[in-house]
Amino acid sequence: MSWQPVIGLEIHIHLKTRTKMFCRCELAYGLDANTRTCPICLGHPGTLPVPNARAIEWTIKLGLALGCEIADRAIFHRKNYFYPDLPKGYQISQYDEPLCRHGRLLVPGPEVDAEVGIVRAHLEEDAAKNVHVGGAAGRIHGAGRTLVDFNRGGTPLVEIVTRPDLHSADEARRFLQLLRQTVVELGISDAEMEKGSLRFDVNVSVRPAGSDELRTRTELKNMNSFAFAARGIQREVDRQIGIYEAGGEVEQETLHFDPDHELAPPLRSKEEAQDYRYFPEPDLVPLAPPRQLVERLRKEIPEPPGARIRRFESQYGLRFYDAEVLNGSVALAELYERVVSAGVDAKAASNVLMNEFARTGVEPGAVDAVELAKVIEARARIPRDRFNEALAGSGDPGFDAERYLGDGLVVETSELEPLVERVLAANEKEVAAYRAGKRGLLGFFVGQVMRETGGNADARVVNELLRTKLDA
Amino acid sequence: MGPVAFSETFERIWTMAISREEVRHVARLARLELSEDELARFGGQLDAILEAVGKVGELDLSGVEPTAHPLDLVNVWSDDEPRGSLSVAEVLANAPDSEDTFFRVPPA
Ligand SMILES: [Zn+2]
Repeated sequence: MSWQPVIGLEIHIHLKTRTKMFCRCELAYGLDANTRTCPICLGHPGTLPVPNARAIEWTIKLGLALGCEIADRAIFHRKNYFYPDLPKGYQISQYDEPLCRHGRLLVPGPEVDAEVGIVRAHLEEDAAKNVHVGGAAGRIHGAGRTLVDFNRGGTPLVEIVTRPDLHSADEARRFLQLLRQTVVELGISDAEMEKGSLRFDVNVSVRPAGSDELRTRTELKNMNSFAFAARGIQREVDRQIGIYEAGGEVEQETLHFDPDHELAPPLRSKEEAQDYRYFPEPDLVPLAPPRQLVERLRKEIPEPPGARIRRFESQYGLRFYDAEVLNGSVALAELYERVVSAGVDAKAASNVLMNEFARTGVEPGAVDAVELAKVIEARARIPRDRFNEALAGSGDPGFDAERYLGDGLVVETSELEPLVERVLAANEKEVAAYRAGKRGLLGFFVGQVMRETGGNADARVVNELLRTKLDA
Repeated sequence: MGPVAFSETFERIWTMAISREEVRHVARLARLELSEDELARFGGQLDAILEAVGKVGELDLSGVEPTAHPLDLVNVWSDDEPRGSLSVAEVLANAPDSEDTFFRVPPA
């Protein structure tokens, strides 16, 4: 029997506002603990939360970018649970009246596109950061204890819940990459997993291909990169298929991913049903996003990265994978489009940008596309080394392609001849082998000659010269 | 969405006396350790509260929108401008225990 994976995601993204969600403490990362806290984010009695207008705007903006309906009226709820990272004993979140719902994100793929439904995108506050030290398992001696830093407590957090519309580990990875790119390009989040400003959980189940049933799902937590997530999902899919094929049943459980061992060992089976006792937050009045605001924000939404990939394929005749790589950042995509509009062939531009240019590590946003276009156009005329040097310098201020394109750098054909002869004389064995039919050795000779010239020769001329001599 | 809305829980329990198990459950969620005597005593008090609130259920509210807030206001928010935080000394002044500039609590 063949099986289809059914994957849904729940993603949390920190908004990079200047201040927290419900107080005006400055948001800061990496400062000493508890240096950006106040009575509101410490949950002192008698304080009142005041929502951050920018966080609300940005959540609406993200909702629009995800094709969501923006609610005429949204409210905040209290989600009650007891833990030291939550000084009030509840998190202010949204429940059945979120800001955004019913969206979709196009995830282009090599063969088929996925259209991933967005159930909701809502706004909430993040919890504080707990540091567990000591105890039996800890590295620090002494009694086990938990240290709490409330600097992160109250950071605006958007939660995005997808429908289980993803059907492979690769598709899930692509979705996450596009979503991350979307929020980065909207300018509302750094979405960096290392800093914890992007976190996600994955729900996984499988079903017989062709059916539309939803079987028991497991939840994967603690994913620390998209690549690990893809591997974790694949492993979990295989595990579930194995269970069903052996006649067993998958149990609902939460699996914590361990990147060191790449295992997803069961943590707790049959978790106690959560009971958050949601109720409307009485300290906050409802939100009613004004229509003009929503329309203004709608106009500010840039072309979504998924749509841009599609456009690159059709407009420039690129393969899916090339279009995907070129759209890895908006800066690279823009540079590509400018280089092509400066007259460079679409395929050539894509090859150079994805290979030689990418290897230089030059920041695409710093490059003058017209100058870079000149370099790419000259790639067949100038020596390899020069070409790479030019690419490496293309991000420097005032970069001038002409400096690299001068004729004087290429060793003249008349000077090449003796060099070629010297190389052939020094490699008699290889010459004999070539003449006996090992044509692949031509590249070896070209390399030798290029080395003699310090790379300053036209490879095509060297090629021709060598052929003439060898085939004579 | 797994969790049950408070209002649903509420509707279920206001129509009958709260059971000892429910009191125990709620106490555990709040990390309160209650003796059998206390379970009975608080159960009775919660019953009285639920009964009082349950009066609302006697009214015909079919045409009434749920009230999210007693004030007839929407969109109360503030600009995203920092206004300063407390000093660490002030922050930790009421903490029963601290370490460096952290609050210290029993292992979670
Ligand atoms: Zn604060």
